[in-house]
Amino acid sequence: MKYPPWSQVRALELLAILREEKGPVLMALQAMQKEFGYVDKASVVLIANFFNKTRADVHGVLTFYHDLRTTPPAQHQISICVAEACQAVGGRSLEREIKAIYGQESHDAYCFGNCALGPAVMVDGQLIGRATVEKITQARR
Amino acid sequence: MRVYVPIDSAAVSIGADEVAREIARIDPAVEIVRNGSRGALWLETLVEVQTPSGRIAYGPVMPNDVGSLFEADFLSGGPHRLSLGATDGIEWLASQDRITFARVGIIDPLSLDDYREHGGLVGLKRALTLSAQEIIDELSDSGLRGRGGAGFPAGIKWRTVLQTPAVQKYICCNADEGDSGTFADRMLMEGDPFTLIEGMTIAGITVGATLGIVYIRSEYPAAITTMQKAIDIARASNLLGESVLGTTHSFNISIRIGAGSYVCGEETAMLESIEGKRGVVRAKPPLPAVEGLFGQPTVINNVLTLATVPMILAQGSQAYKERGVGRSLGTQVFQLAGNIARGGIVEKAFGVTLEDLVNTYGGGSLSARAVRAVQVGGPLGAYFSTAQFGVSMDYESLIAAGGMLGHGGIVVFDESVDLAVQAKFAMEFCAIESCGKCTPCRIGSTRGAETIDLIIRGVEVDENKRLLLDLCEVMSEGSLCAMGGLTPLPVKSAMINFPSDFTGAAK
Repeated sequence: MKYPPWSQVRALELLAILREEKGPVLMALQAMQKEFGYVDKASVVLIANFFNKTRADVHGVLTFYHDLRTTPPAQHQISICVAEACQAVGGRSLEREIKAIYGQESHDAYCFGNCALGPAVMVDGQLIGRATVEKITQARR
Repeated sequence: MRVYVPIDSAAVSIGADEVAREIARIDPAVEIVRNGSRGALWLETLVEVQTPSGRIAYGPVMPNDVGSLFEADFLSGGPHRLSLGATDGIEWLASQDRITFARVGIIDPLSLDDYREHGGLVGLKRALTLSAQEIIDELSDSGLRGRGGAGFPAGIKWRTVLQTPAVQKYICCNADEGDSGTFADRMLMEGDPFTLIEGMTIAGITVGATLGIVYIRSEYPAAITTMQKAIDIARASNLLGESVLGTTHSFNISIRIGAGSYVCGEETAMLESIEGKRGVVRAKPPLPAVEGLFGQPTVINNVLTLATVPMILAQGSQAYKERGVGRSLGTQVFQLAGNIARGGIVEKAFGVTLEDLVNTYGGGSLSARAVRAVQVGGPLGAYFSTAQFGVSMDYESLIAAGGMLGHGGIVVFDESVDLAVQAKFAMEFCAIESCGKCTPCRIGSTRGAETIDLIIRGVEVDENKRLLLDLCEVMSEGSLCAMGGLTPLPVKSAMINFPSDFTGAAK
């Protein structure tokens, strides 16, 4: 997936859309990540000032949620479900195989709600059931 | 010619989109309806053809089966090795008692006409003729309890919000379905979103709330998209808005998306997250029904709870409470998951046995090896052995058996499972997902994982088992919410029901 580079002008446009929202900090951080692929550190001050919050407020939210990242993502994102239902059908060994091949691109996830057709893996936003290394490699193209 | 190809995420995850594309490529004249899933996920992709004598099913269809389906004249219901006959005649489906899931898989999820033709909006229309008190009486009388896991009577919660004066009240739908082994909320939102909208609207007009929020986890992108489209359609059709179905009631719904946090499924952590903050659990009291979202009285119900309300209003509480056992009335949407041959949605009246679910419906393990353990109720639920398969699946019986119903997820493991490893994972998961507010959960989970690791490695096994049980007691009694409070449940049940896995002997 390709994202535009971080831009303060664009970031402020996105924040302006959320001006009327109640409790906007998490939404603002999500908007940053959706646009730029990650939350640039510069956006912490920007969001704090825009919504009249402290930097600690924004930093606290940014560091709480697993989804939010502060560095640009790899070109492909492979999320491997390692929760119980997928463990029951070999999710752990699939995790080891995928990490050996795709390393930095892959990370753990807990449940995509595809628990009857596991192991479940999400590749660049596409959910794969009964996942195998072959299926993941194909979806990654 | 009308053909149904599910758009449910689970079906799409094993090729439903490709199947639909292939059908369209071979015969562009075919009308393809992308329905939700019938719930028989082991038959996905389940393709159905509308014939004069009803819908005929084929499955599981892979993209490369489509050519031969055309050769077999499947559009007229022709015989094929994947033919399942009439969908309504598939025993696995026909023997269920579909109430909450009555329309899922049958209708086009985003067709309001389809929704109306299949009984939609009857409940809301009736509710609009009743007083708030009458609606709550109907709900209380039905015996409906919270399907998120806590099992709290829905009517009492609504009554508290109704009786608490405030300028702004809220309806919050908890769609943060984080339990592994559960997917009913997702399937309902993807397959019959208007039911949830109708249920939330009934809740809103009852307690006097004009705003509803659905908190959906980010791991469910398709559910988010479908719910948003359904809300937009509902608004354009005056089902939502300033004048609900032309009445003086106002009700709107918006979606908030989670950001990857299991604990945000806990109701107060969810409120914090909707308010844009860290998902840290609040101490209770005050109850959210008194001081909830932004400090205002808030109804918080699970997707399945709210989605069951329209049926109760439409058919009456009597029809609902006729089903079930004891104080567990109505139906439960069970979800069969993990290492299981026939996984999916099984909606049955409370009181079905675990044996029936795992073996009769589930067909045992997928791997064809013996079933050894079943975790009921998600990551915070107990591990049962096959010796306990006779347990009646209802709130009280499961507690008496040392477990809990949770959100109705059932995860099957075959004989290759090591319960000490599973117990360690329960603690590790708690350590990763703890909000950090209370010490027993934040620190106990890490110490728990370390202690189980020592047991696995055979280090002072008896002493460490004693220590682990002591730690479990501290977590159970001393944690603020169910995250730390119930993590001991899978751990202790694994120790009690599978003692041979906790001897420290190398396996």
